[in-house]
Amino acid sequence: MHEFRYERPATVAEAIRAVAHDPEADFLAGGTTEVDLMKDGVFHPDLLVDITRLPLRGVRRDGTMLQVGALTTMEELASDRTLMERAPFVVEALLRGASVQLRNMATIGGNLLQRTRCRYFRDPAVPACNKREPGSGCEAVNSVARMHAILGASPACIALHASDLAVALVALDAVVHIQSEEGERLVPLTQFYLMPGETPDRENVLRHGELITAVDIPLPPEGTRSIYLKIRDRASYEFALASAAIAVIMDGPVIKEARVAMGGVGTIPWRGFEAEEVLREAPATPDTFRSAADGTIRDPFIVPGTAFKVELAKRTLIRALTEVTS
Amino acid sequence: MRVNVTVNGAPMTADDVWPGESLLYVLRERLGLPGAKNACEQGECGSCTVYLDGLPVCACLVAAGQAEGREVLTVEGLASGEELDPVQEAFVECGAVQCGFCTPGLIVQAHSLIAGHDGVPADAEIREHLAGNLCRCTGYEKILDAVRLAARRKAGS
Ligand SMILES: Cc1cc2nc3c(=O)[nH]c(=O)nc-3n(C[C@H](O)[C@H](O)[C@H](O)COP(=O)(O)OP(=O)(O)OC[C@H]3O[C@@H](n4cnc5c(N)ncnc54)[C@H](O)[C@@H]3O)c2cc1C
Ligand code: SF4
Ligand code: FES
Ligand code: FES
Repeated sequence: MHEFRYERPATVAEAIRAVAHDPEADFLAGGTTEVDLMKDGVFHPDLLVDITRLPLRGVRRDGTMLQVGALTTMEELASDRTLMERAPFVVEALLRGASVQLRNMATIGGNLLQRTRCRYFRDPAVPACNKREPGSGCEAVNSVARMHAILGASPACIALHASDLAVALVALDAVVHIQSEEGERLVPLTQFYLMPGETPDRENVLRHGELITAVDIPLPPEGTRSIYLKIRDRASYEFALASAAIAVIMDGPVIKEARVAMGGVGTIPWRGFEAEEVLREAPATPDTFRSAADGTIRDPFIVPGTAFKVELAKRTLIRALTEVTS
Repeated sequence: MRVNVTVNGAPMTADDVWPGESLLYVLRERLGLPGAKNACEQGECGSCTVYLDGLPVCACLVAAGQAEGREVLTVEGLASGEELDPVQEAFVECGAVQCGFCTPGLIVQAHSLIAGHDGVPADAEIREHLAGNLCRCTGYEKILDAVRLAARRKAGS
């Protein structure tokens, strides 16, 4: 591992200043992405600013919203009673991710910023990776790919955004609080992530030195039913091949309101606006679900290893819709 | 840098720690506690599991500085003197140990499940709680037996 300095500032302002004034500095939260990728030689900060003891931890109810401090751990958020009652699919998404040990360290802010599991990105011995080395090409497109994206992908990069939590949170229109030396700005999670385009190294709107301080989760109305369905190679402790986060309000056999997002398929956590259009005021029938799935998985960019995901993703969505509406 | 940490109830100090060292490295190489094992170093296998402030974590992904001033409980701290912890005893009795490399992590992780549970956890819950601990020898059946046995004994007592 590269030489670096370690600091633990006492205040949010000092932490932001420390990173903002050093282009090679990184924040350190739970470390389950940061330390991991430093060991792999993918990250080589010259300064790590440990933010884990800053007062940004805990969940607060604010009317119809939960405000979650960025340093709240995944396990802590998963045990929040209000979330369990009002949006259980967020809890499911949290608990189907990683392991107990990792969730005890991993924070909500860090989870949203976790990096792709693309194995070529994680291996500096592979020369071609536009995300790691802009302009170097994309190994995944030309050799073996499987845990990769089919939506929002391009020949420049097909890396998947692997967070489960983010999938449920984009469905709920969560909002990210971002603090910098200039002040605070709020960004809806649906506008937080960037498609790879020609610059896969830029994954989100965060500028260097900006700190996520909190995430607002709007609570869906009482009576909302929800599900997080995660399809993977083994029953536990594995990333998604495809996943669906769905919240619906039913009126008898008719879907009044629907929120749809998918994981395991997109270069960003994928909000299914088209599916929501199809589902709204529609009868909960197999035909409706099929057209919602066709509407979501449109114009996929596939390579041989990811072709199976087109049908898998549709079936995942259809199964999740069937379960949540019945 | 200097790292002060309470390990198994005793305050300890490690000097000349390089910031790139993990808590696992500090425990094993600087504080003479080789119980927690170093296998994948990437949070994937759970053999480095220790309690940090009462919660099980992968010590391989905790930066040394993050442990400053905190409490660590390792597998070495579970027994009292010569008397094994009931989880350790159950692992021995059930034959849940083969090469033993995964064992310290599994013992700590199983201990954390049973400590937070009044009755005997359902199999699905045991499996999910231990999902982050990989064992390439036993096929897990004997490990599940051991966890059930330890939980039954605790619930019965
Ligand atoms: C073996 C393994 C399996 C996993 N499985 C899953 C899974 O199934 N599903 C899933 O969703 N995730 C999974 N993960 C990913 C895990 O959830 C993330 O690593 C974790 O959530 C990151 O949080 P952290 O606090 O550890 O972040 P860190 O590693 O500390 O930080 C991550 C990045 O975000 C930056 N950062 C952190 N916090 C802030 C902040 N508040 N403001 C600005 N920047 C910040 C850091 O500089 C760093 O670049 C897995 C990880 C591992 C190692
Ligand atoms: S898919 Fe993206 S992250 Fe993976 S090798 Fe290609 S450019 Fe790199
Ligand atoms: S050595 Fe820490 S999880 Fe494998
Ligand atoms: S006993 Fe050998 S790895 Fe588990």
